[in-house]
Amino acid sequence: MHPFTPIEYTTLRALRGVSFRVAKGEFMGIAGRNGSGKTTLLKLLASIYRADRGRLRVAGALAPLIELGVGFNTNLTARENVLLNGVMMGMTPREARGRFDKIIEFAELEEFVEMKLKNYSSGMAMRLAFSVMVQSDADILMVDEVLAVGDASFAQKCGDEFDRLHGEGRTILLVTHSMESLRSLCDHAILIEDGVVELDGDPADVASRYLEINLTGRGATPAASADGAGEGAAGRIAEFWLENSEGERLGGFNHRESIHLVAVIEAKQEIDRPRFGFQLSSANGVSLFAAPHQPLADSLAPGDRVTFRATVANPLAPGTYVINCRLSGGGATVPIDWRRPAANFVVWGRPRFGTIELDWTWEVERQPRTSAMEAARE
Amino acid sequence: MTAAGQPAALQPVRGPSALGGGARRFFTLTWLLSVTEFKLNYFGTIFGYLWSLVLPLVRFAVLYAVFTRIIRFDTPNYAQLLLLNLTLYSLFNEATTRAVRSVVGNENIVRKTQFPRIVIPLSVVITALLNLGLNLIAVLVFLTVTGVGPNVTWLALPLIVVGLAVFTTGVSLLVSALFVRFRDVAQMWGLMVLVLFYASAVLYPVEFIPPGMRFLLFVNPLIPLLEEARRLVVDPSAPSVVDAAGSVFGIIAPAIVVIVVCAIGLWTFVRAAPRVAEEL
Repeated sequence: MHPFTPIEYTTLRALRGVSFRVAKGEFMGIAGRNGSGKTTLLKLLASIYRADRGRLRVAGALAPLIELGVGFNTNLTARENVLLNGVMMGMTPREARGRFDKIIEFAELEEFVEMKLKNYSSGMAMRLAFSVMVQSDADILMVDEVLAVGDASFAQKCGDEFDRLHGEGRTILLVTHSMESLRSLCDHAILIEDGVVELDGDPADVASRYLEINLTGRGATPAASADGAGEGAAGRIAEFWLENSEGERLGGFNHRESIHLVAVIEAKQEIDRPRFGFQLSSANGVSLFAAPHQPLADSLAPGDRVTFRATVANPLAPGTYVINCRLSGGGATVPIDWRRPAANFVVWGRPRFGTIELDWTWEVERQPRTSAMEAARE
Repeated sequence: MTAAGQPAALQPVRGPSALGGGARRFFTLTWLLSVTEFKLNYFGTIFGYLWSLVLPLVRFAVLYAVFTRIIRFDTPNYAQLLLLNLTLYSLFNEATTRAVRSVVGNENIVRKTQFPRIVIPLSVVITALLNLGLNLIAVLVFLTVTGVGPNVTWLALPLIVVGLAVFTTGVSLLVSALFVRFRDVAQMWGLMVLVLFYASAVLYPVEFIPPGMRFLLFVNPLIPLLEEARRLVVDPSAPSVVDAAGSVFGIIAPAIVVIVVCAIGLWTFVRAAPRVAEEL
């Protein structure tokens, strides 16, 4: 190899034809799957990368970094790191030193000021980094995925701090995978998919579309694959789809919106009392529910077609799910044809804990105090 | 922060560059990075500063033994000359060697922050200069103790250091920019500093260079720099660069080399800077 042979590069066009506007004082969210080009976009805005083509214009001072804790050195103390990171953020050393107490107070790290960063937990280091960032004077802040900072109470503080910055009229660009924070924080959002702006508008719409794309690949399409029993079988599942109450074929449903399964069965030979059933699983394969097979009272002659319809209540938490289905005959469980999976679908909505939201009620009753307890309090 | 109510004008985003981004931020960052690195060198280990003296002293002791006991140089004040030369050459050696990998090594800041890219190799040179400052103090103390000087001409030593720093900076810019795309530069530069060490009259006085190799005096600016330092600090009666080279080109040619190297270094770095973050 020639000593001057450069390392070979493959050209990756990270962004194409991206165009959007952010108004002054707006809190804009940028959503998109990993590798979709979100970070490249921030790097172009921050002058870390140079755009091959196109025009970017910015009014006002832009924070020069896109990630928290840039320049942190684990062999230095919090004090020295705040100075380094602050200067990286565009502060003068004097400003960085002057704001040090505020930064440490916000990060709740007063006891660890002279400790080297390598002895910090990662959560503590992130808290420090976030605290430096919010002290920045920049008009426009760009933040790449930070809301996973620290524990729940600190996350709450971060949210409040974003509100404060937003209230001061700063413009904030936030890259996030958390659709909850997108909806609760942002005024405006864009969705980037494969380097193009897929959607530009209301954060709620962007969040829904993001979940749809992210959970099912390119949009929600009922899976076409069929493991079926093949040519010699007595019958087949000719068609299978999901639809809503209006009869629209869909791959995504809102939480609590009932789902209609439709299967068209075609007999090739005589089938005695065919039964059709389906089973619902989570994306990671955990079986959630299986409907008892629905029998047909009589038998089918070759060429007969039957449509089975099932209406399923949807208490499912937002996420992606799989439906498998099976046709059997003989009034029993002799499988004739099956599809595994028959369809994938998405449930949209506010994230919830768990997989299924059950109906529940509370009854809370306070017990009267006994005299023994009163005595114990004295 | 721009004043509220007075909207800032839309400015095109210029993209990354070697020098752009405001003079104050440039100087602040260069100084801060240099001092941080310097501090980490000395406070990272238990003996800190002592370690930074041990290695050069051992090297000096070995070379001194070789060239006075085995190969018998009878140059006056050879010990003092050798120590001074080693110390000055170490600036060039240390700075350029570290500079090669500096831009790539600082990937975490290059890929995540906008700042003038030239800050990185410059801060490497400045850190090496801070080290040199400390080491020179030790050298001058040694010279005084051993009866060479002090002398008024020592006050001109900073001029030599400036010349050395300029040449070192030019080379550092060149190698640090090239390394981003051509990783072989690290190995090649390792060989180059080794060759230059022997080709720079560090171990031997300039008079030892045979007539057949006098061309070195014209192409290697380190020789005249070290020779002038020798005359200022150790031995005023040593031949000047012009005497040693036999003509005034002994000073002009190396000066041109320095200017050309700096120009190529700067040009290469400025050209590479906008793409550096993508090519790491």
